[in-house]
Amino acid sequence: MTAPLKLCVRRSEVAAPSGHVVDVSVVLPSEIQHIEAAVELMARHCFAGHPSTSRLRFRLQVTLSEALANAIICGNGQDPSKHVTIQAQCRSDAIELSVADEGTGFSPDQITAPMTGAEIESQCGRGLFLIRHLADHVAFNEEGNAICITLRRP
Amino acid sequence: MEFSATQHDSGVVVVRVEGQLIVGNRQELKTLVEDAIEEGQRRFLIDFENTGYIDSSGLGALVSISKKIRDQGGTLRLANLNEDLHSLFELTKLDTLFAIDDSTDQALTQF
Repeated sequence: MTAPLKLCVRRSEVAAPSGHVVDVSVVLPSEIQHIEAAVELMARHCFAGHPSTSRLRFRLQVTLSEALANAIICGNGQDPSKHVTIQAQCRSDAIELSVADEGTGFSPDQITAPMTGAEIESQCGRGLFLIRHLADHVAFNEEGNAICITLRRP
Repeated sequence: MEFSATQHDSGVVVVRVEGQLIVGNRQELKTLVEDAIEEGQRRFLIDFENTGYIDSSGLGALVSISKKIRDQGGTLRLANLNEDLHSLFELTKLDTLFAIDDSTDQALTQF
């Protein structure tokens, strides 16, 4: 029996010099079955009223899905009492996504993807690599428990 | 249904991925293929025509499936990856591990 999906959306719209800005935040429990719904909810709000391409949508879906999986599994240890917070600022030139968990953080520089030799058959370790290659910019907070992903609009 | 399997006239098991292949459902795909291997199936084609996106856990599941099939002397081919999905295999160099075809028809001639 899984807990009902609980997503909280806060949407604010302000006029800015760069144009229409939408801020969206979503909080979800640390259960992997909520990832797909959270990703689709964020995509719907981030692309509402802004130009989009299928490539940009794909990049958002994959990078956010990866960031949420890392936060839920590695950060919060799939403890459903802990939460993951997504914040997005959707501007006309870019989407900035932040994913934060309640864990103690990690050192992103120590993660390498299995790309060569027998490592290619590893089942894990490609998530952060995909985020870095699909995003235009990636940054972490000092503790290592929050990631900020920037996707520029075409 | 996210995953479905049918047996082609040639005997190849064609598995269709409808929607996403991600951390939340990858085990279902692994179980489906493992059960078919247990039943004696050895030739598999995974069709991504109706797939939205794949995450690294989904890629990991495909790697695991590939190894299990190979260990049993079987064959796995992938087909119908669109440009976005194919880019994931190229970025991770998994395009060197998998046999990838443009279409299911093309793939079925390669077994």
